[in-house]
Amino acid sequence: MKLESSLRARRDDGAKLLVPYVTGGLGADWLDVVRAVCDAGADAVEIGIPFSDPVMDGPTIQEASSRALADGATPAGIVADAAKLDVDVPLAVMTYYNPVHHAGHERFASSLADAGIDAAIVPDLPVDELDAWAAAADAVDVETVLLASPLTPDDRLAVICERSRGFVYGVSLLGVTGARTEVAAAALEMGRRLKAVTDRPALIGLGISTGEQAVEAAAVADGVIVGSALIALLLDGGGPEAAGSFVCQLREALDA
Amino acid sequence: MAKTARGATVQLGAPGVEPEGLGRFGEFGGRFVPETLVPALIELEDAFRTAWTSDDFRAEYARLLTDYAGRPTPVTECRRLSDRLGVRVLLKREDLTHTGSHKINNVLGQALLTQRMGKHRVIAETGAGQHGVATATAAALFGLDCTVFMGAVDVERQALNVWRMRLLGAEVIPVSSGSATLKDAINDALRDWVATVEDTHYCIGSVVGPHPYPWMVRELQRVVGDEAREQSRVLLDGNDPDVVVACVGGGSNAMGTFAGFLDTKARLVGVEAAGHGLESGRHGASITRGVPGVLHGARSLYLQSEDGQILEAHSISAGLDYPGVGPEHAALAADKRAEYHSATDDEALAGFQLLAGTEGIVPALEPAHAIGWLAREAGHAVPAGSTVLVTLSGRGDKDAAQVAERLGADLG
Ligand SMILES: Cc1ncc(COP(=O)(O)O)c(C=O)c1O
Repeated sequence: MKLESSLRARRDDGAKLLVPYVTGGLGADWLDVVRAVCDAGADAVEIGIPFSDPVMDGPTIQEASSRALADGATPAGIVADAAKLDVDVPLAVMTYYNPVHHAGHERFASSLADAGIDAAIVPDLPVDELDAWAAAADAVDVETVLLASPLTPDDRLAVICERSRGFVYGVSLLGVTGARTEVAAAALEMGRRLKAVTDRPALIGLGISTGEQAVEAAAVADGVIVGSALIALLLDGGGPEAAGSFVCQLREALDA
Repeated sequence: MAKTARGATVQLGAPGVEPEGLGRFGEFGGRFVPETLVPALIELEDAFRTAWTSDDFRAEYARLLTDYAGRPTPVTECRRLSDRLGVRVLLKREDLTHTGSHKINNVLGQALLTQRMGKHRVIAETGAGQHGVATATAAALFGLDCTVFMGAVDVERQALNVWRMRLLGAEVIPVSSGSATLKDAINDALRDWVATVEDTHYCIGSVVGPHPYPWMVRELQRVVGDEAREQSRVLLDGNDPDVVVACVGGGSNAMGTFAGFLDTKARLVGVEAAGHGLESGRHGASITRGVPGVLHGARSLYLQSEDGQILEAHSISAGLDYPGVGPEHAALAADKRAEYHSATDDEALAGFQLLAGTEGIVPALEPAHAIGWLAREAGHAVPAGSTVLVTLSGRGDKDAAQVAERLGADLG
């Protein structure tokens, strides 16, 4: 339980948690981007495995995924590359379910474990369909992070929080990934609902794109996930340095 | 029997069996969606289950099928085509429905359900444009807002249908991501739906998607098979056809047809798009060449790369240009209750011309695949003298310009 224990320890030290998302295979230097965001103060990193049909993603991450695929990224290749990362924060993969299903649950789970990846987030695998994957993941200590939505009713929210490992991913709004200009009211409500039912780290993600927004969302939860805003920087030609300084700003805002 | 201006109302057959558990057809189906959509799918499942066994919903739906869609559609005996092929061909005439394809059966049911759920907007994906036109039509009829997602490639090759949808008051959004065809239109419809699900119903056009769609759409299309079975028995002295054939994109006209014949001895044949040929890699034959996977909410058979990326499909017909198939077909194939074959673009074009020339019926390019397959296999996989029912899922008006160009006609 490396992801969860590490996030719990940081939280118990009084820190607000910061988890950036990086699309695997986006640019030849994507591993350096991961290293840079770790150095800049990330508490964990989500590595996106690009998929041909990313239905939960808005234009930014769609573009990142198709560029990575065009450059020859494959799920196995991303995982093998990630094994070379010697960073000191936990890593999670963010992947649609088909690549997992295609590889086979056991094979995919053990490839993560062998690569030193601690957790998996599979946004199109809701708790009702989880068992087959979770059995394989649990067996090799890969933590499966579940998502909770503003529309999730209370009884279901309790089940999700109970079954999630690592942290609970509170979806901040109704919609796909993509930077937004303000924190949705739903995000604040989501944070409060999660904190009321679970002691597991509760992070808010989707749309968070500035230090100010991160602080606002983290106030009602344990921290935030930042994806599209970071990816937009990379798509615009930014590299490890730009990514690092962006994450550094977020870190400073959260620590202030 | 309720009276209508057309005489007797359509008689709906008994509801068919529900899938097991969480929408499972054998090992296929399920509900693989983002958490945000789960509550809406549970609501939809409950609403449909209640409606589908309620007398007033069924009566209202049957009335719409009769007075508005023009059902029942006839089964036409094709004498000249039968002489030509040496098998006895009957056509189930979905081309004669209002809007020109079987898609109307499904959308009228889903529009009624949308109203019952208190939602005021529908969204839909469309390939050939037939489902988009049908959805826009039902939206106009029910006073619902309507947005249709359509691949940019399809917007181009089905320009007439795009105009029809706009005329009917729908907003048509061209989708240029990915292969810019049906699969990508579904992706964008799903992306819209996660943002709007509280007041919007996603009117899926085939037996694909997460539970309850494959079951619900099959039930809303089973009127095709239920009618055809009774009508065939009249024409065949109480017998069922030896072979029942339908084209398969997502699989709704085929599943609706098969539903009426599952418990008979009829051979059930689904015809997929072989595009430029199965060996060319440019086709839409997801049962013949696909492998198990999960896309758009369901475990089924999909065309995929070695590492699980979904491949682009290819077909001359926009409605068959989809790299997957409904989960119930995957299960019927696994159980060998139905067989799945394919016809190439050229065979479909030949079927298109053959039916026009022998029977005076211009088919849509999608069912032209079924005709093309039959023309190829009559006397071979379909023994001479067999009786064959083919579902003619739609009419060819939408394809006339494209086929004319392909055949080198000069339209001036
Ligand atoms: C006339 C016609 N037939 C068939 C299809 C394919 O769909 P399905 O396989 O769901 O019947 C379409 C889809 O657009 C169509 O317009």
